[in-house]
Amino acid sequence: MHEKTIAELSLGLKNKAFSSQELTQAFLARIQTLDPELNAFITVTEDMALASAKAADALLAKGEAGPLTGIPIAQKDIFCTKGVRSSCGSKMLDNFISPYDATVVERFNHAGAVMLGKLNMDEFAMGSSNETSFYGPVKNPWDTGTVPGGSSGGSAAAVAARLTPGATGTDTGGSIRQPAAFCGITGLKPTYGLVSRWGMIAFASSLDQAGPMARTAEDCAMMLQAMAGFDPKDSTCVDQPVPDYSATLGQPLDGLRIGLPKEFFGEGLDPEIARLIQAAVDEYRKLGATVKDISLPNMHLSGPAYYVVAPAECSSNLARLDGVRYGYRCAEPKDLKDLYMRSRGEGFGAEVKRRILIGTYALSAGYYDAYYLKAQKIRRLISEDFKRAYEEVDVIMGPTSPSAAFRFGEKSADPIAMYLSDIYTIAVNLAGLPGMSIPVGFSGKLPVGMQIIGNYFSEAQLLNLAHRYQQVTDWHRRSPSL
Amino acid sequence: MSLTSEEVNRIAWLARLAIDSDKTDAYAHDLSGILNFIEQMSAVDTSAVSPMAHPLDQAQRLRPDVVTEPDQRALFQQLAPAVDAGLYLVPKVIE
Repeated sequence: MHEKTIAELSLGLKNKAFSSQELTQAFLARIQTLDPELNAFITVTEDMALASAKAADALLAKGEAGPLTGIPIAQKDIFCTKGVRSSCGSKMLDNFISPYDATVVERFNHAGAVMLGKLNMDEFAMGSSNETSFYGPVKNPWDTGTVPGGSSGGSAAAVAARLTPGATGTDTGGSIRQPAAFCGITGLKPTYGLVSRWGMIAFASSLDQAGPMARTAEDCAMMLQAMAGFDPKDSTCVDQPVPDYSATLGQPLDGLRIGLPKEFFGEGLDPEIARLIQAAVDEYRKLGATVKDISLPNMHLSGPAYYVVAPAECSSNLARLDGVRYGYRCAEPKDLKDLYMRSRGEGFGAEVKRRILIGTYALSAGYYDAYYLKAQKIRRLISEDFKRAYEEVDVIMGPTSPSAAFRFGEKSADPIAMYLSDIYTIAVNLAGLPGMSIPVGFSGKLPVGMQIIGNYFSEAQLLNLAHRYQQVTDWHRRSPSL
Repeated sequence: MSLTSEEVNRIAWLARLAIDSDKTDAYAHDLSGILNFIEQMSAVDTSAVSPMAHPLDQAQRLRPDVVTEPDQRALFQQLAPAVDAGLYLVPKVIE
């Protein structure tokens, strides 16, 4: 059962091949057997899952089921879940039992999905390897000596190891796409504003966006359908109709114009990855697409701009964690200053502290213009590069990450080396565009992902593109031996 | 761009973030590296560029000024490390 996709499981539930309770038990058993080694879950919500599966079976019996009714999924621990610890991978929130559900969680519950548990992640989503989690790193199921990517590393590893057929992720600078690439699964970061951020613990509010992670584009379409849409509780959520993402899967690609930015294929890219991306682009040629070389001249500025905007917004967002209303409080504070300083100093890990410090510095008196304002102007330049590119091409393709999964400890001592792992993904967040990563082959035993970047609100097109590729290849069907 | 240990301590104070005194130099080194990385921005003339606050240049929405959330103070206070009579407790501020 665990090898089936969400679409196949949905059909099996409707045809009574198995019940949601059987399905849920099968995945819970798999988690129990395999997760002690992988560490993809922070919390397994077994009792809740079995109760929701029972309720889903009742709906299925009455013929009142939707496409996700009874389908097990897991939530990244960045999403608030009522009555369940919502830690964001941090000691700071280790004792935080959320009093409410995030909109994304509420929508999956409403759709009848069964939550198996909460997934491990880099602390407050700050990291590209899952090594910054308070709960210990997640291991990559393809090679347990390598990282699963981050920050949605628990989500990617759990889907790849078939511990759940689908998972939610969030992406501030590549946190859905890079782990999807490292773990050989399909992940989509939607256009900024498509999915509500309400109840999604904020890292960098102008960049954060939630999206689906699953084995196939078809499954991502089903999940995104449940997630997307206006929410008055998120003031940056866009009020416009959501298309039927599954309905347009399988459309022909004749005449599709693909752009390959030369900046994505330069120095620093593993030649084996470059070769696999070219091979995937060749598949698209066979499917009727034309390919054109393009340029995004300000791409090299995306890293520097990102490492101002993201830390600045994080330092502001995390200011509320002060040991007073919820979260970690230090023992025996001697005064209010000591309470604030030690609760935060003891509650946050090293990478979160680094980013709070950089952000605080960038926003401190006298530096705002030189850093935050400058970075927001660079964002405009990067966004205009994409705008110009989309006058000539329909989508942009390139590598998701410059290398396949790296080994534990390989980059953790050098923040800049770690940041460069997201070099191809962060520009997409700065511009607010949608981007996907799909599996396109292997470098040795490690999976490699290709990134597909679309214009604003082109999720249906991206999903169709990925789906067409997956109809003629089987990389997404490969599973790690565990 | 390089930060001294004193500057790191000042920033940490602004952020109300305790950092171990034996790690101040390591933070100064890491933060200086990150600031050098960021420094690449200054090579570009952006005097004629308008900053981008929202990718879709969307303005903040307005809503009617009516109460939409119920009072859940008791529920929320269950999460607090120390409360008394509906108040959040912190160490004494005024002597």
